Amino acid sequence: MSYNNKTIKELHQLLLNKELSVVELTQSVLTDIEKREPVIDAFLSVNIDAALSQAAAIDARGVNPEVLTDGISIGVKDNIVTEGLETTAASKILGGWIPPYNATVADKLAENGLITIGKLNMDEFAMGGSGENSSVKPTKNAWNQTKVPGGSSSGSAASVASGEVRLSLGSDTGGSIRQPAAFNGIVGLKPTYGRVSRFGLIAFASSLDQIGPLTPTVEENAQLLNVISGFDKNDGTSSNIAVPDFTSKIGQDIKGMKIALPREYFGEGIDEKVKEQILAAAKHLEKLGAIVEEVSLPHSKYGVAVYYIIASSEASSNLQRFDGIRYGYRAQDINNLEELYVKSRSEGFGPEVQRRIMLGTFSLSAGSYDKHFKKAGQVRTLIINDFAKVFENYDLILGPTAPTPAWDLGARIDDPIAMYLADLLTIPVNLAGLPGISIPAGFVDGLPVGMQLIGKRYDEETIYQVASAFEATTDFHKHLPVIFGGTK
Amino acid sequence: MSQITEEQVKHVALLSKLEFSEEEVSDFTATFGKIIDMVEMLDEVDTAGISFTMNVADNLNFMREDVAEEGVDRDKLMAAVPEKQDGFIKVPAMLSDGGDA
Repeated sequence: MSYNNKTIKELHQLLLNKELSVVELTQSVLTDIEKREPVIDAFLSVNIDAALSQAAAIDARGVNPEVLTDGISIGVKDNIVTEGLETTAASKILGGWIPPYNATVADKLAENGLITIGKLNMDEFAMGGSGENSSVKPTKNAWNQTKVPGGSSSGSAASVASGEVRLSLGSDTGGSIRQPAAFNGIVGLKPTYGRVSRFGLIAFASSLDQIGPLTPTVEENAQLLNVISGFDKNDGTSSNIAVPDFTSKIGQDIKGMKIALPREYFGEGIDEKVKEQILAAAKHLEKLGAIVEEVSLPHSKYGVAVYYIIASSEASSNLQRFDGIRYGYRAQDINNLEELYVKSRSEGFGPEVQRRIMLGTFSLSAGSYDKHFKKAGQVRTLIINDFAKVFENYDLILGPTAPTPAWDLGARIDDPIAMYLADLLTIPVNLAGLPGISIPAGFVDGLPVGMQLIGKRYDEETIYQVASAFEATTDFHKHLPVIFGGTK
Repeated sequence: MSQITEEQVKHVALLSKLEFSEEEVSDFTATFGKIIDMVEMLDEVDTAGISFTMNVADNLNFMREDVAEEGVDRDKLMAAVPEKQDGFIKVPAMLSDGGDA
């Protein structure tokens, strides 16, 4: 018996009514994973024994009626540090590493009774937009296994979309939650920068990284964000702004809501069919009472260039810690210390990670700093100002999540720039620290298309309000891929 | 077009503590050049007088009470070390043929 079509609210009720035990539920999730994993490849490790013993412990003490997520399973992206569970960021350089501590979000999952069922595949160190940069294996798209699942949270999206697990955590530095959510037809949110602690998230680009939830429905997404949000003394950039109940506006009507459509998000490089679907979605919101108007974000076209300088510069600094000394991969047959660093890193990091370290080091090096790094930081200010200006008059910004649907596995692997451009519409949101969601909004050639809603800082509630109004009056989220029992 | 040379790529590799074969250097220089060209589109933006954004956090470096807290257990940390001896991390000598460090 599988329960993967039940929302966590429904599961909570079944558990409370004793129609289902936590052990039975956990076993059913393990079976769902076992069935699909041979074609999806979303997991790097499955935590069978510990998950079942946690489940038995919850059964023994009884499910807490006050805690919605008590006894529910979740998949966790492998760049989130989990004590006692191998954590590799899908990199050879961290192969076999068993962390001695938990990320703050991992503690929060445990406090809320969530069972970490396994660690999810990803592009190595979250660098990539297709899932193919995993050093272990490429994850497959839930809708078509010849297509990429998107990235970097490839396993987080494909596992939820294929019915392996109901909830997952991903991380988003330039679109790494929203783009794979779009490619797999599920809901993925990047919270406001500072909303969720980054303590124990293996750092890629610290001024951009955020952990966020991926789920089949909008309400479950808000419920999971409730679990992971909040100030953390271990993360100097986490915010002490009060955490609201993110479901509080779900179900409220959206009459008079002002939604901006940036013309740049419907311009050059955007697939015509994707554009049609998203414009139709905007029309739908208009029918629900929203006021939709065109605006301009004139500097958005520079986002990709700014991002690749800033993110790579921060990465080149963050990834210095991987040197073969204290943990992870160490090269053999070494003559001196310098050689140990160079060989361990050259053998341990994959090609895309090396490319980013090189670009970052170059951008920060003498003679290049002013021309590249400083310039990128200034254009970042202009991108932030563009958003601020629009938000003076609008509640939300709407556009596609990605310029195209999922592409064929292997199609862009030799063309980094084509791969980078896939993040065109998501990157500016990270640069400005804003919250953004992707929700299912159509299909092109049998593949899901995601609509992106971008909100004001710390205004995830309005995003969820509009997203749920859209979901409640459309059928896109009800279509399931064949692997999840759908017919499409 | 950017003027990235193989020599520059080798220099950046040295700073990055990475090494590439001659063939990789040549491939890398071509790809790297294209990426640099892409980012150099920023040259067309007028940024005179525009401030530099390093971070978008509300908080940066807030202080906490100077109270000792228990850290991660030493043995747990040492368990991850690839080579160790007598409770210490073992590394090769700084200089070649320097014997056991």
